[in-house]
Amino acid sequence: MRTVTLPVAYMPLVDAAPLIVAREMGFDHTEGISLDLKPAPSWSALRDMLAFGHVDAAHLLSPIPVAMALGLGGFATPLSAVSVLSLNGNVIGVGTKLAGRLADHGYSFDFSDAQAAGAALARSSDEVLVFGVPFTFSMHVELLRYWIARTELASKQVEIRTVPPPLMARALASGEIDAFCVGEPWGSFAVDDNVAALLLPGKAIWTCAPEKVLAVRNDWAETEPELLGGLMRSVWRAGRWLSNQESRTTASEMLSRKAYLNVSPELVDRALLGEFTVSANGEQRHVDGFVEFFEGAATFPWRSQAKWIAHQLAIRNGLDTTTAERQAASVFRSDLYRRELHLLGVEIPGASEKLEGALPEAKAVASTNGSLILPRNAFFDRSIFEPAG
Amino acid sequence: MKQHLTVVVVEQNQERAFAIVDALKESGDADVIVIDSVSGLARKIATHSPDIVLIDIDNPSRDMLEELTVASGPMERPVAMFVSGAAGGLAQDAVEAGMSAYVVDGLKADRIKPIMDIAIARFQVLRQMRVELEETRRALEERKLIDRAKGLLMKAKGLQEDEAYALLRKTAMNQNRRVADVAEALVTASGLLS
Repeated sequence: MRTVTLPVAYMPLVDAAPLIVAREMGFDHTEGISLDLKPAPSWSALRDMLAFGHVDAAHLLSPIPVAMALGLGGFATPLSAVSVLSLNGNVIGVGTKLAGRLADHGYSFDFSDAQAAGAALARSSDEVLVFGVPFTFSMHVELLRYWIARTELASKQVEIRTVPPPLMARALASGEIDAFCVGEPWGSFAVDDNVAALLLPGKAIWTCAPEKVLAVRNDWAETEPELLGGLMRSVWRAGRWLSNQESRTTASEMLSRKAYLNVSPELVDRALLGEFTVSANGEQRHVDGFVEFFEGAATFPWRSQAKWIAHQLAIRNGLDTTTAERQAASVFRSDLYRRELHLLGVEIPGASEKLEGALPEAKAVASTNGSLILPRNAFFDRSIFEPAG
Repeated sequence: MKQHLTVVVVEQNQERAFAIVDALKESGDADVIVIDSVSGLARKIATHSPDIVLIDIDNPSRDMLEELTVASGPMERPVAMFVSGAAGGLAQDAVEAGMSAYVVDGLKADRIKPIMDIAIARFQVLRQMRVELEETRRALEERKLIDRAKGLLMKAKGLQEDEAYALLRKTAMNQNRRVADVAEALVTASGLLS
């Protein structure tokens, strides 16, 4: 069958799985396209590859297109987040020095209680605490800041610095940073390197944080609706395949290949199966749904998610929050998601916005086929985000 | 407005760094500072408050510069240019698109351009040389693998050299793989079995 080749850029991370699986399992060919996956050396390079038309779609940190729409970070090419690629999937870790002090204070490294972890870290750290993150505009920064501001860490002087994920372990070992928030497999990589212990999964701060999005240029989305639809459907099929627990080991094998992540499959397994080694002495912790690619309409780009991101960015950068939320809402394209995926019989929610953090338990909601159950959606401090109108 | 341009070059490979510095010096009135370690990159660059930062577009540490463009006020922003051959003109596109975060008011494009042009040309030549070298090395390694695989087949099945090669090629064709890959699999397998 004749297929159209589609150049797509990604960062070699576990959460690039939907794109890699779409290619490796041939879901792209089912839709008459052929994904040409291009790894990017940095997030800024990846963003530029998409913005300047060197690729047609990209695996992007969810705050990047939002920041662009708000005019932050320089130039602006209008981008659309046509679907969410994954929810959650980050870890917060500390260097061995801090890990030792935490243990001395009797901290249990439960890998789940964000409030307790913040309090314990505040007791154990010096006055200045330096965190490494992969990029200025990232869910890593948003979750860290949210967590720090609402725990005893608020009394500390915290600095957040950019460190490329593959260099995170080295930065920790050299004392350049004390702690980090990074996407897998790089947190586990640092643990295996004996330079870090894991404190929390990102999920412990917000159970439904939109981590990565599938982004395209607005003009491309308008001129190539057929290709866009094919891309979205093949990636959605890949997410569904990944949601099957039996697929996960195979997925680890695929992702670990030299052409993609180039790490051991065992390292990829930890994120996909939620089985973590949190310290150098091999303590194990389990996290249900550590990273989510499918269940509970995980890939639906809720406009309220874009608004939450815009709200945080606006406050930090001195912008009007209501205006920022309005500008951001149009970046998450729930309209295109409905248009391109309803034919597959995908369970699509009736609403395009929701209160974020307002579901203490999973709940059935109105949807196209009437059987959509949204998962628990809560912030660790139980606060609720109401998007501006 | 400053008379001298201050240019920071971020490059860990000493040889490449020297080549770039030489090229920049030839072009005239630029102070060039080389930073060869990426730890604390953003702070190091900030202390020099450069007009231009040159960094390879394929350097993962480029993300560290993003902080500078966000944190500093518009007048203090360095002009960061990202030069490389491999990304297929991304740098030119970026500059042509007028990535505003990277352009300081009052710094004229005609002063940047010659420096840019030279640096880009240098990077391209060096990169091309590196790519060619890698290609040659890879081809040599593959040749060696295929020879060993041929030897194994000749010994195990009593084949002539050309027959052994034909068998490798046929297997590769049937399995839709490269001859070198089939040879590698055979050599690995035989290593495990012996």
